[in-house]
Amino acid sequence: MNILVCVKRVPAPGARINITPDAQQVDTAFLGFTVSPHEECAVEQAVQLIEKHGGDVTVLTLGPVEAEEQLRTAVSTGVAKAVLVPIDTQDWDPQRTAHALASVIAELEVANGKYDLILFGNESADSCGYQVGIRTALKLGRPIVNGAKGLELENGIATVRRESDAGVEIYKLKTPACVGVKEGINLPRYPTMKGRLASKKVAITQNAATGNEGGLKLITLRRPPERASNTKILGTGPDAASAVVDLLEELGVFK
Amino acid sequence: MTVLAIVEHDRGTITPASFGVLTAARNLAKQMGAKFEALTIGANADALSEVISKYGATTIHQAHNSALLDFGPDAWGESIAQVVRKITPQLVISSGTERGHEIIAQAAARLDLPAAMNCLEFDKNFTGTEPLKVVRARWGGSLMEESQIDAPIKLVTLANHIVEGVEDPTNSQIAVIEVELDDSVKQTFVQDRVERVAGVTLATSPVVVSGGRGVGSAEAFAPLEELAGLLNGVVGCSRAVTNNGWRNHTDQVGQTGTRIAPDIYIACGISGAIQHWVGAMASKNILAINIDPQANIVTKAGYAVIGDLHVVVPAISAEIRRRKNL
Ligand SMILES: Cc1cc2nc3c(=O)[nH]c(=O)nc-3n(C[C@H](O)[C@H](O)[C@H](O)COP(=O)(O)OP(=O)(O)OC[C@H]3O[C@@H](n4cnc5c(N)ncnc54)[C@H](O)[C@@H]3O)c2cc1C
Ligand SMILES: Nc1ncnc2c1ncn2[C@@H]1O[C@H](COP(=O)(O)O)[C@@H](O)[C@H]1O
Repeated sequence: MNILVCVKRVPAPGARINITPDAQQVDTAFLGFTVSPHEECAVEQAVQLIEKHGGDVTVLTLGPVEAEEQLRTAVSTGVAKAVLVPIDTQDWDPQRTAHALASVIAELEVANGKYDLILFGNESADSCGYQVGIRTALKLGRPIVNGAKGLELENGIATVRRESDAGVEIYKLKTPACVGVKEGINLPRYPTMKGRLASKKVAITQNAATGNEGGLKLITLRRPPERASNTKILGTGPDAASAVVDLLEELGVFK
Repeated sequence: MTVLAIVEHDRGTITPASFGVLTAARNLAKQMGAKFEALTIGANADALSEVISKYGATTIHQAHNSALLDFGPDAWGESIAQVVRKITPQLVISSGTERGHEIIAQAAARLDLPAAMNCLEFDKNFTGTEPLKVVRARWGGSLMEESQIDAPIKLVTLANHIVEGVEDPTNSQIAVIEVELDDSVKQTFVQDRVERVAGVTLATSPVVVSGGRGVGSAEAFAPLEELAGLLNGVVGCSRAVTNNGWRNHTDQVGQTGTRIAPDIYIACGISGAIQHWVGAMASKNILAINIDPQANIVTKAGYAVIGDLHVVVPAISAEIRRRKNL
């Protein structure tokens, strides 16, 4: 069985997100990089499925060449193969990204056979577009369900569990299929020693891709207005307990 | 010109987010001098026309197909695509919910049109034909993006809780549209469902006592559980906690966890990373308990106690018990 997981390199901001002076990007001067937690969980889910059923997991990203770092991290947690679609900018718009991903996946499938499952994150951490996975799946002519909090594979049927306000919904997709995964589906493992070694050695395949610009264009980024903070310090240590309970009484949460 | 609102419903019950969508669509239509129309998917939603007309849609399109008995992202997306092809609206707006994003993305992919999710603002001067400028939420709301949708038909979702539902009744016309759905799109219907048990959840509880890495272990959450219990609240946590396996992800507050808006959020041993903050910032009051007076959560919260949570939290519970004579 073969599973492909699509991940996106994004900065990992801490207490606040700073923006470059031209307001086009997050200022990454002092930041590390990561992928969305949803995508970390998609990688973990793929590795677990392969451990159960046998086969290989491939990770794919479209991004700057530095995104190699995120591919190698995935390899250190049990992924076998990694493919990079290098671009000159931080990212492409969703239509263009999906076009490129779908054409590269089609190329990979000519060489390796169809992926039984292609996994995405529910949404990317930075742009939160909620659409690249769906667009890619439709270009490949495959069913897709987003928001997976459970995913099993048996006899060519992918069973997806997801939560809605109404309850827990079950979907059954005939493979080859695509699924958008949400954090909470599993607890991603930490890299092992063996994994770290493998990640240093893995050959990262590069596939070029083109695609026309889509119709959603970023103009500027800005920070939302910040909540006025005039923190009232109620005290230090256990002596503050009385002031805290006074506050709770005042707010009416404790009667 | 037409603005089309997609009415999200669950087996015929309208979802709360739809009222904001209907109102926003009506306002945009007014601004553009366009007609305001709505779409329901599946005959089980036909009865919603009564409430939709209260929001002023002049025409309510009802997409019918015998297969449309429950939610299915492919089938709903395809239904929207067929209706959009038929009535060619200038703007299509749906709810900024899991389902709303999913069906707009599905429709956009089928129509090969751009789509902008979680819009917070629309250009006040938009007349319908030029590119549409929107402000949308990035990074789960930690950042805002001004962008432009350049396409003859603009597809958007409205961020949740941005527009309140306001009625403005009219006599709506009903237009039934038989959509064609092939087997491929019928695959992704809900096959089975376990109904949610009613009760207070992290998302709805008026009191949330939350712990972060500073709590130190799964066992050390016991005093937080106790405090939450005394306040009839629930326990939440940061991602550092779920990543360590101390608590279930269902307790996680933040960008990839739950958005909460309690009367009071008590954040113990949480630094207040932006991805955590974005899930907690709608809280009416925030009390941070932290050893570090410079921690982001301390500087942003309304109230703070500086100290070791392992001592402060039990002291608060003891004081509550004393006052309640427990
Ligand atoms: C795309 C993305 C999405 C994310 N989504 C989420 C999300 O949904 N939710 C989330 O929470 N995080 C999320 N994160 C992770 C986030 O960036 C932080 O890593 C995380 O919130 C940190 O958790 P923490 O505050 O518990 O730990 P830390 O940052 O390590 O903070 C621990 C705090 O505890 C205090 N402390 C230590 N000991 C004590 C003590 N004895 N008494 C009192 N205080 C003490 C310290 O002073 C410190 O302030 C996301 C990250 C990314 C990149
Ligand atoms: N540049 C990219 N490279 C690989 N996968 C991507 C990329 N952008 C988005 N994706 C995938 O598509 C999902 C949804 O992205 P988005 O539409 O941006 O929210 C992400 O969680 C990823 O799995």
